[in-house]
Amino acid sequence: MKKINYLEIEGRSSGFIALLGILGIIALAGIGAFIYMEHSGHHVTGMDNQIVWGMPHVFAIFLIVAASGALNVASIGTVFNKAIYKPLGRLSVLMAIALLAGGLMVLLLDLGRPDRLIVAMTYYNFKSIFAWNIILYNGFFAVTIVYLWMMMEKRMVPYYRPAGIAAFIWRLILTTGTGSIFGFLVARSAFDAAIMAPMFIIMSFSFGLAIFLLILMLGYQWTERPLGDAIVKRLKNLLGIFVAAVLYFTLAYHLTNLYATEHHDVEKFILAGDSIHTTLFWIVEILIGGIIPLAIIYSKFSTSRTWLGLATIMIIIGGLAKIYVIVIGGQAFPLEIFPGMEVISSTFGDANSYHIYNPSTPEFILGISGVAVAILIITMGVRVLKFMPESLADADVDPHNKG
Amino acid sequence: MKYLHMMLAMLIVVLFGSTTIMADVPSPTIPKGNAEKCVLPTEEMRVNHMTKILHQRDETMRKGIRTEQFSLKKCINCHVVKDDAGKAVSHKDERHFCNSCHTYAAVKIDCFECHASKPNARKKVSATAGGKD
Amino acid sequence: MNKQEIPVQGISRRKFLGASAATAGIGIASGVSLINIANAKPLDEPVSNDQRWGMLIDANKCASGCTSCVDACNTENGLNAGDEQLSRQGQKAQWIRKVELRDKATQHEISLPLLCQHCENPPCVDVCPTGASFKREDGLVLVDKHTCIGCRYCMMACPYKARSFIHEELLNQLEDVPRGKGTVESCTFCVHRLDEDTDNRRDPACVEACNADGHQAIIFGDMKDANSAISQQLKKHTSKAIRADLKLNPGVRYRGI
Repeated sequence: MKKINYLEIEGRSSGFIALLGILGIIALAGIGAFIYMEHSGHHVTGMDNQIVWGMPHVFAIFLIVAASGALNVASIGTVFNKAIYKPLGRLSVLMAIALLAGGLMVLLLDLGRPDRLIVAMTYYNFKSIFAWNIILYNGFFAVTIVYLWMMMEKRMVPYYRPAGIAAFIWRLILTTGTGSIFGFLVARSAFDAAIMAPMFIIMSFSFGLAIFLLILMLGYQWTERPLGDAIVKRLKNLLGIFVAAVLYFTLAYHLTNLYATEHHDVEKFILAGDSIHTTLFWIVEILIGGIIPLAIIYSKFSTSRTWLGLATIMIIIGGLAKIYVIVIGGQAFPLEIFPGMEVISSTFGDANSYHIYNPSTPEFILGISGVAVAILIITMGVRVLKFMPESLADADVDPHNKG
Repeated sequence: MKYLHMMLAMLIVVLFGSTTIMADVPSPTIPKGNAEKCVLPTEEMRVNHMTKILHQRDETMRKGIRTEQFSLKKCINCHVVKDDAGKAVSHKDERHFCNSCHTYAAVKIDCFECHASKPNARKKVSATAGGKD
Repeated sequence: MNKQEIPVQGISRRKFLGASAATAGIGIASGVSLINIANAKPLDEPVSNDQRWGMLIDANKCASGCTSCVDACNTENGLNAGDEQLSRQGQKAQWIRKVELRDKATQHEISLPLLCQHCENPPCVDVCPTGASFKREDGLVLVDKHTCIGCRYCMMACPYKARSFIHEELLNQLEDVPRGKGTVESCTFCVHRLDEDTDNRRDPACVEACNADGHQAIIFGDMKDANSAISQQLKKHTSKAIRADLKLNPGVRYRGI
């Protein structure tokens, strides 16, 4: 195997400038949306006292979940010693850091009192899974940056594997923590399930790898660096397994719920209701985000980079829909405050069959700006530091490749 | 950030308050309270009012201790500033007692995001009320 | 100095009333206010877990369509002081609400007020990242708005949907009830009334209003004081906690549900 040569991208083309410009505009629009929401108060959003977490949280949770998943590629190389993945390690860690930063930014800017960040950092309630997550997120930055350093600094090579293992374990705990934010909500019919945490881990594998593969393919195409089929094939096969696993966990989650009579109503609401959540679940999450990409990945179409890219985009959109159904759908279904009773009237919306959420434009812009910031960090990262191997052609990365 | 502001402001107060050399520097006009004297000597309050209020805040919030000496409600009641029409001004008005100095020192305060910035005592309806003020 | 006299007076009254209540409480069944006064504390003493404020709501006495408790709460806490004009209906704060229910099996209809249940094991306190949501020694579950960052996780966790988020700037807060944009709030059992000293301590506004209307559907008092009206009623009659299956041991109990 040849020595891998990492190199910054040139970043002088008009395409590169245009990419930065577009991302910058979206990011700025996000800041504008934040200032508007923060100045007016949350009354300008679609959120209210029933749907307390909205569009920003869908994006934030998606990005945070995907962040830990994006680190997987590096972990496979380091922890499981798969040589072919090693050249991708640096890019993988960069993406993990960038996605987490984007997600946290959105989460933070949606707070009722974002000016009190210092309070969130200094007052801890250790019984709160949320407080643990603050520590886990900060720790993730620290652990991955050390990992990256060990990876890029020659004299640190002896410590490279332990750092990789630490990062791998940390990311598993982190995603468990993110999933538990919902799993611990005992009163909400849709959330109260232990399967939430492992399901979030497998979701992170899938979303993170889909984003990684998409950016890898685009990055190598735009910079006109060679990217061999061997590595793409490995990654897409792995992605196929993850997508199938997410479908399996989704099936297990709903089947378990369907078994318990007390959860029949919420299952009916999600699976066979007349709200947007049913459409999102079947059409976007399952069909577009699961079955079609699986079919592409395991068919001859997958030899086409365009089709494969399309599949990853579908997985990303399906993933956003999945988080939407979990977060918003779970809140839209009314709380079961009086089991066995029907609420005839209430001044606080308890009598609705389900709550309707109409996300406002600023919320959506804030959410999407998190994605833009993440991609911006990745773009700037590969521009200024040696993250991307000059060549990922088959002969350069795969020692067994004959071609 | 906030603490930095506070420290800066304190520095300004100490520097400008203790020196007579800079006599031509404009100083804030601080309205007088409506009682004979404050709960502590004015000099002490000027420097330490925030720590007193902060301490009292936690005592009241967490433990239900509602002594009157450093109660924000009492501060507001005594230091009320009235406009030309005789109505108490709110924190949105630059003549408000707190603003008179905080605007000068450029120290943002968060209190009145939640707390009432002017007296609005409601009439006691309880039969047992009265007897003390 | 008048200020220094207050605690002294408070203690002496408290001792006196404490002694008399022990004898009076046995004989006077309706001595609600007397007994409650005995439980009050001087202004300079912290609340203690020797007492736990609680509420017993009799749904049989609660009139369908009546909103006296809600109106009284709104007025007492400044929820209708002219703020929240920009917020939509679902965004406005509500600390206590009236709910009309029908038993799916028997068609029996009931009406009841629903408010923060002041749980012994409150999920909102467990999930709060900064500890702003907290339980006071005397059982009140409150939000410390000084440290609330507005993440709304407590609203996700509360099984009773008892909390409201403030969606816009407020300008007409009452001096006893601080509330503001970007923070979460809920029923405080009118803590500013409970914390008054011996002479001025009063029941929460909703309780007073319900009594004034002649419904007498809500009894308020110290659940740890065996002689209090609420303790005696709880001991005598069957009562239920809403979502008792969650084992949160709420401080609000119901009869007739």
